[in-house]
Amino acid sequence: MAKAKGDIVIDIERCKGCELCIEACPQDALEVSRQVNKKGYLYIVKVEDTCTGCESCALVCPEGGVTVYRVQNKKKTQVAQVKNITSDINITVKE
Amino acid sequence: MNEKTMLDDDHYENVIREESVCTSENLVYERPETLLDTPLHYCPGCGHGVVHRIIAEVVDELGIQEETIGVAPVGCAVFAYNYLNIDMSEAAHGRASAVATGIKRVLPEKYVFSYQGDGDLAAIGTGETIHTCNRGENLLIIFINNGIYGMTGGQMAPTTLPGMKSTTSPFGRDVKSMGAPLKITDLVAQLPGTYYVTRQSVHKPANVRKTKKAILKGFQFQKENKGTCFVEVVSNCPSNWKMTPLESNKFLEDQMLPFYPLGDLKNPERKEK
Repeated sequence: MAKAKGDIVIDIERCKGCELCIEACPQDALEVSRQVNKKGYLYIVKVEDTCTGCESCALVCPEGGVTVYRVQNKKKTQVAQVKNITSDINITVKE
Repeated sequence: MNEKTMLDDDHYENVIREESVCTSENLVYERPETLLDTPLHYCPGCGHGVVHRIIAEVVDELGIQEETIGVAPVGCAVFAYNYLNIDMSEAAHGRASAVATGIKRVLPEKYVFSYQGDGDLAAIGTGETIHTCNRGENLLIIFINNGIYGMTGGQMAPTTLPGMKSTTSPFGRDVKSMGAPLKITDLVAQLPGTYYVTRQSVHKPANVRKTKKAILKGFQFQKENKGTCFVEVVSNCPSNWKMTPLESNKFLEDQMLPFYPLGDLKNPERKEK
């Protein structure tokens, strides 16, 4: 099964470097940067391109500084609908 | 390491793909509108910010920004009115549920919630809290329990765990002389006026989702005039526990949660199903 493709945007000026998102990320895609923001906090950056857009980092972020994007896979839903239709037909034939 | 990947052709492809991912069609999560742009004054890793955001999300989802009135406590969340773009009122220490009662009785069609910490709700405002719940006022009480007085510098609160060190219990809380921790949520669950009583936390993504559901239920029950809804959120206080945010979450999981188990203490809707 192909992984979902996603991306996040971190508002670095809002970040306080609490590292809760690093702990929450199932893909280990986040790290502490070596630079500080205007307030003097070591902010968090995305270093790996494995993001699936699972929202875990955004949910635990106390500052509300993460925006999450996920590629909406339309083909999958269409396939699923087709499968359901065929299964319905099969049942009616058996009856 | 970055220089190497910058030279790689694949990297440029990835960059292009990333840019295409960040479109309004693919947007699945963003900062709620009800949460203002003001930077939060809370310490790094504090659970208050998460709960503020959850409230803003719920208000946005229900579309009740114009009809919601919040009552802020005295404590760390005293400036909650700076962060939430809804009508807010400030109450004297511990009296948030009494002020909320007044607001709800004058404006019964509005959604009223009080947002209180453990020193506010469980120590100074115990009487107000218990009587508000006993009268069954149609309120949502959100109770943030971090087991310490955060704003004043980490003094012992009624919810401080046995043996837990604070500035006023430097050798750990002694149950014999200082009393056992007060489980106020269990206490109000016994009262007939409360309709929905639950205890949640915000230390993991799954728990954040559950807390959001609980607060959403609280607002929905308030619309149906069911009675007092009480949502306790077990939270952390990295600064006054003298820990990093990650350590504080571990402490919360290992020490706080066995004493304050998560789950619904009173939920009539579940029994019917």
